[in-house]
Amino acid sequence: MSEGGANGLWLIAATFLVAFLLAVYPLPAWLSWARPEWVALVLIYWVVALPQRVGVLAAFAVGVVVDILEGAVLGQNALALSVVAFLALALYQRLRVFNLWQQAAVVFMLLGINQLLVQWVQNATSQGAQTLIFLMPALMGALLWPGTLILLRQLRRRYRVS
Amino acid sequence: MLVVVLALLLISADLRLNEMAVTRATLSNLALPFYWVVDMPSRVMGWGRETLLSRSTLLEENARLRAESLLLHGQVQQMAAQRAENIRLHALLNSTVLLQDDVLVAELIGIVPDPARHQVVLNKGSRDGVYVGQPLLDAAGLMGQVVEAGTHVSRVLLITDTTHAIPVQVNRNGLRAIAEGIGRLDSLELRHVASTADIRVGDLLVTSGLGQRFPAGYPVAVVEEVIRDPGQAFALVRATPSAALNRSRHVLLVYTKAVGQTE
Repeated sequence: MSEGGANGLWLIAATFLVAFLLAVYPLPAWLSWARPEWVALVLIYWVVALPQRVGVLAAFAVGVVVDILEGAVLGQNALALSVVAFLALALYQRLRVFNLWQQAAVVFMLLGINQLLVQWVQNATSQGAQTLIFLMPALMGALLWPGTLILLRQLRRRYRVS
Repeated sequence: MLVVVLALLLISADLRLNEMAVTRATLSNLALPFYWVVDMPSRVMGWGRETLLSRSTLLEENARLRAESLLLHGQVQQMAAQRAENIRLHALLNSTVLLQDDVLVAELIGIVPDPARHQVVLNKGSRDGVYVGQPLLDAAGLMGQVVEAGTHVSRVLLITDTTHAIPVQVNRNGLRAIAEGIGRLDSLELRHVASTADIRVGDLLVTSGLGQRFPAGYPVAVVEEVIRDPGQAFALVRATPSAALNRSRHVLLVYTKAVGQTE
């Protein structure tokens, strides 16, 4: 880890802040299921890019913030995002050699697991979705993965975060 | 894995421990800046629209509002007489309390992003006297109740959420029922209405005041559909909420207190 790495913490924090804002941005009712899982997307990017810095504990902390923002049961997103970070840590070497759309498929799986865990907790507290529509945010996230990846990679290289 | 266990502990603590409510209320203040920033574009647009309006449009709007104000004042005069009469009649019947409600104007600054839950965020909190369980209205009817009061923001559960139910009565004949949210913003369902009950399409449902949570007499919904299936034990009654649940921005928080105690 170089000095540039220690300085890069603000960039990681800033990308998560933007993801939080996008996660609560009001959408019309008919679009509400189409909101991609921004926070999980950004988290997956940083875990794959910097597995030695962003890991399960960071994911847990980010998840707690998301819970507070959404007013969800505390720990719901923390649980889901920790598991996603754990899986991403296990997968990152393979993920890096895939092309963009293969990566998107894996990201869809990861986001789907995230949604599934969130749904489990929600249904345990009796207010989840009734149909498979809860996978919609995962699908949107996977479609946006190439764009997110390219944008975040540009930022990371410009500011030499490693 | 340790973190998963930690998360599960947090979930169960949040669900089971009452002390967590205080923690949550404090934590929800953290969410305020995010909702505030996200709300900024629409606020700037609103400001821009008001500032850049032409003089004639403003004058027109002024005239319209003055006319509306006059009309409402006229109705209030009539109301005053009716209220006095009502107090006298209540006194004759030896009934005790009449309710007069104080309100606080609040602004909606955010919607909880999870589409499975119908909650909104308001810009008033416990500092302004908001408390958990406080009813929320808009100009047309009841919207919901406060479920979490932070210092500067509060979270409101709408009447259409699947976890919400509200005691109502038919304004026409006083028939009581429970209106439950079914997770759709444009629909409520009445629970356990007998097939023979006198309820029709177009009936106005108002709060009944039973349950001690909502003050009596505020409009909740209009009956949209009544299905009497002989094979079912109860009639299926659907109603459309009167309040503009997904459009209202300026809302009223109601303080319920008893005044005018009579013998």
